[in-house]
Amino acid sequence: MSSNPQLSTNGQLQHLLTTEGLPAPILLNILDTAESFVGVTERDVKKVPLLRGKSIFNLFFEPSTRTRTTFEIAAKRLSADVVNLNIAASSQSKGETLLDTVNNLSAMHADMFVVRHAQSGAAHLIARHVRPEIHVINAGDGRHAHPTQGLLDVFTIRRYKPDFRALRVAIVGDILHSRVARSQIHALTTLGVPEVRVIAPKTLLPAKVERLGVHVYHNMAKGLKDVDVLMMLRLQNERMLSARLPSTEEYFKYYGLTQEKLSLARQDAIVLHPGPMNRGVEIDSTVADGGQSVILPQVTFGIAVRMAVMSILAGN
Amino acid sequence: MKLVIKNGRVVDPKNGVDAVTSVSIDAGKVVAVGPIPVGFRADREVEASGLIVCPGLVDLSARLREPGFEYKATLESEMAAAVAGGITSLVCLPDTDPVLDEPGLVEMLKHRARNLHQARVYPLGALTRGLKGEWLTEMAELRDAGCIAFGQSDMPLPSTRVLMQAMQYASTFGFSVWLRPQDVHLADGGVAHDGEIATRLGLPPISVCSETVALSNIILMARETGARVHLCRISSAEGTAMIRAARRQGLPITCDIAVNHIHLSEMDIGYFDSNCHLVPPLRALSDREGLRAGLLDGTIDAICSDHAPVDEDAKLLPFAEAEAGAVGLELLLPLVLKWATEMNIPLPTALAKITSEPARILSLNSAHLSTGALADLCIFDPEQYWTVAASELKSQGKNTPFLGMELQGKVKYTVVDGNIVHEG
Repeated sequence: MSSNPQLSTNGQLQHLLTTEGLPAPILLNILDTAESFVGVTERDVKKVPLLRGKSIFNLFFEPSTRTRTTFEIAAKRLSADVVNLNIAASSQSKGETLLDTVNNLSAMHADMFVVRHAQSGAAHLIARHVRPEIHVINAGDGRHAHPTQGLLDVFTIRRYKPDFRALRVAIVGDILHSRVARSQIHALTTLGVPEVRVIAPKTLLPAKVERLGVHVYHNMAKGLKDVDVLMMLRLQNERMLSARLPSTEEYFKYYGLTQEKLSLARQDAIVLHPGPMNRGVEIDSTVADGGQSVILPQVTFGIAVRMAVMSILAGN
Repeated sequence: MKLVIKNGRVVDPKNGVDAVTSVSIDAGKVVAVGPIPVGFRADREVEASGLIVCPGLVDLSARLREPGFEYKATLESEMAAAVAGGITSLVCLPDTDPVLDEPGLVEMLKHRARNLHQARVYPLGALTRGLKGEWLTEMAELRDAGCIAFGQSDMPLPSTRVLMQAMQYASTFGFSVWLRPQDVHLADGGVAHDGEIATRLGLPPISVCSETVALSNIILMARETGARVHLCRISSAEGTAMIRAARRQGLPITCDIAVNHIHLSEMDIGYFDSNCHLVPPLRALSDREGLRAGLLDGTIDAICSDHAPVDEDAKLLPFAEAEAGAVGLELLLPLVLKWATEMNIPLPTALAKITSEPARILSLNSAHLSTGALADLCIFDPEQYWTVAASELKSQGKNTPFLGMELQGKVKYTVVDGNIVHEG
């Protein structure tokens, strides 16, 4: 087995591909650095010159508006030059391979690639083949990982609940297909959260999920009891077509987060959602817009966390 | 040509021979194992002291990629790889382009292979036309053209009715049907064992159930039709247990396993190593243990290379998109030796899994060194270490999970029909 592909030989962060296997100090450093950028994003002049002269390529092999936009904003606030490439619609359809595309862009002197791809492992593949001075950030690969999302979620949690070691966290929904859930789980367990639960019907849970260090629940009432943090996941309509669920209505009834179900958690529990939300499917509007929701702050903090990741990578 | 192989440790699993002695060969046949017959004047003598002399290896599953996929491999490159690995007989799979479903194609392939004067090629004919799982092929005609048995390669056969009828028809003529059990619906879209690693890496899973459900169908149909069934490349402990039970009931079922699965598990995928994208998938460590136990108690008769050369570009893709398969012709022997060493298995027992046992499955009168037998031999140095490097492999494909690893056991001579066809 080769060494951790995310770390350089001296143990510094070389690429951000997954939250799994990263030492807690590296995760904490990202969160602390992000803290300093929250101030920047609240200023009138929202720019710092840390990445001036650097070129960041957003390689989106899978359509995405939200994630791509937040990466773009983060890069621009660091004064980097940003090039957005929606590759699903260009070279891939001409038969160019993933690595051909990456090699061509490397020749344009990219400093950093932000990669979104429908296949698990795409970012790892790119990281393994780029020149050593290029950094790769995984912006979501298949069902595998979405590390900046996982990090912005733990950043958000820390803002409201500063002590990870005192938390009980529940992740609710389609764990099976979710790269967000995997990145959340690894970030939470690495940072010392003593109890991470996953709540879902059996058709939406991957095999041996408990080996990731989580407790499995199929029942919301039991799973939400005494929970400090609820992390809801988006439910895609394909799950009905693939016979994993009968209907969105039944899903909402048993796994959708309503005010009533939320009341089973701790009184001061917070609710997160990576967006985009399906109101009335995995979450009720009264909860999404309610006092315990931190869904909009997540979006704001997402920019600071991505700035932190980019500036740390550029400095390593 | 008269050939003498002197002073080697002759291991002939079928005849129970394990002794340091000589093998004398004349006109493509074994003349004597033991003292060189009086008056025998060899054209060539091979000094084999310190080497193992055994029957040539028989491989039950090799993709030669011709016709149609010459950019992955050619008959020439793969036959050279086979003899470099000590393989003197091999079964090639019908998943070429066009598919081996017409007698003319089979005759052409056999003819071309024969002209290379290397290993003997035994084509597996397609069970259904175009491997589409709908119409039966002309099995009797294909048999006359040289097919040794019939199978679907890795292509699905979703209709249980077609499967049952294919087995009935094949059994009419006494042909055996080769099947790799996998339920097409349960395995749909999957690329890795449904376990901890697929969960961590977010890879679409293939459950053990996809193997056992299909096995259950095949076993029931074998009982009903009386067809001889050979099960290819079993991957799970539970599947092995089902086969053990079926054989205890006396069903005419044989079984093989791919050599990679004796050694590797899902863990070896590491960080998306596409060389570990195999069909069937590498499963859990407990499955590997179950497979190893099945080999030892005879539930699994033979070990095959499951040779699948893939061009480099097709592996330089995200795991799920990368083409499945690994080369194995040149690794079969050292990997079987490695297994024997690790598990303390006597050499003759281990070698039987790649010589006499696969020959029995094929009903071949070869892979033994009786007087008068075909002089197909493999002579190897069991001690020599070598590193699996792309430049070392004769196969056009360089895709193997063992790339860069050091293995023990190097073929020094391969003899086919009494002629030395490879010297290492």
